[in-house]
Amino acid sequence: MIRSEILKEIAPILRDELVVCNIGIPSQELHAIDDQPSNFYMLGTMGLASSIGLGLALVQPKPVIVIDGDGSVLTNLGTLPTIANNVADNYILLIIDNGSYGSTGDQPTYAGRKTSLAKVAEACGCERVIECSAEDTGRVLQEALEARKMTVIVSKCESGNAKMPVITMDPVVIRDRFMKTVEA
Amino acid sequence: MSIDSRITDDLVASRIEFVTTVPCKQLAGVIDEIDKRPEIAHVPANKEDEGMGLCAGAWMGGKRPAIIMQNTALGVTLNTLATLTQFYRMPLPMLISYRGELGEPVACQVEMAIHTKALLAQMHIPAYHFHDQADVAELPKILEYTFMCNKPVAILTDASFWGGY
Repeated sequence: MIRSEILKEIAPILRDELVVCNIGIPSQELHAIDDQPSNFYMLGTMGLASSIGLGLALVQPKPVIVIDGDGSVLTNLGTLPTIANNVADNYILLIIDNGSYGSTGDQPTYAGRKTSLAKVAEACGCERVIECSAEDTGRVLQEALEARKMTVIVSKCESGNAKMPVITMDPVVIRDRFMKTVEA
Repeated sequence: MSIDSRITDDLVASRIEFVTTVPCKQLAGVIDEIDKRPEIAHVPANKEDEGMGLCAGAWMGGKRPAIIMQNTALGVTLNTLATLTQFYRMPLPMLISYRGELGEPVACQVEMAIHTKALLAQMHIPAYHFHDQADVAELPKILEYTFMCNKPVAILTDASFWGGY
């Protein structure tokens, strides 16, 4: 399974939740599969999806699901200690780990070689870390929502991208409709 | 009243409820003071761009944020300021320790100090420079202005303002 197949499968779970989605093709795929005002698409700023989601989870009670990638987490590795030490039980970090920088031509990341992001997250102090196969992602995500415990999920999948259009929605529109959903 | 309490009082009065910090010894007193205030959630960050991400999330969640950082880190935040804070039109007061100004004992700090105002100007970030202690009187208005216009706004506080090293 590749990332877009996981996103298609978990779209019904994501639909009713606040979602912060990683830069590039992941956001394009989610936008094409199931655009919702409750999705915050990152159009730039590689690495900060997990930080934006954590800030959001810490200040309000609704569940927040961050869809991140292994490359982006490696870019902002300092996020994992911050997550571990500022526990928000409404926060789920779903790292779709395809071992590659998908948006830039599928160059391999270190997570696809010797580095285990699940072990890094555990070493940083994250208490509920689950590594799963791509096929199990929906079940693990649903269980994490029901557990109401801060969870880091590392979903191991194959490298590859679906061809989806670039998001042309204005960033202020994305942000405004997202904030209205948060507030509702 | 100490300058640290005064600045923190102004943050609270401006309804800032989420502060992220990467420390500087000049701002250590303000950070200590923030930790004493139940009105403000303090989330230390490992890097300033990470902190700006946290602030973006907190603001979209309905809380006014602020970041406390050193000017030496301005370079690592430029992409975040342009593609997140500015692109999505988000307010962000940046209380910045302006290292490398008069009285600075560490030569290397001067290297980023000489670029600080130029970078802020290039980024079209409104910048206010606190040099005398009396300059702090403008802080409430600067905070009000930041949340009025939804922009990042820099407050540079130099060694003279803090009374030396």
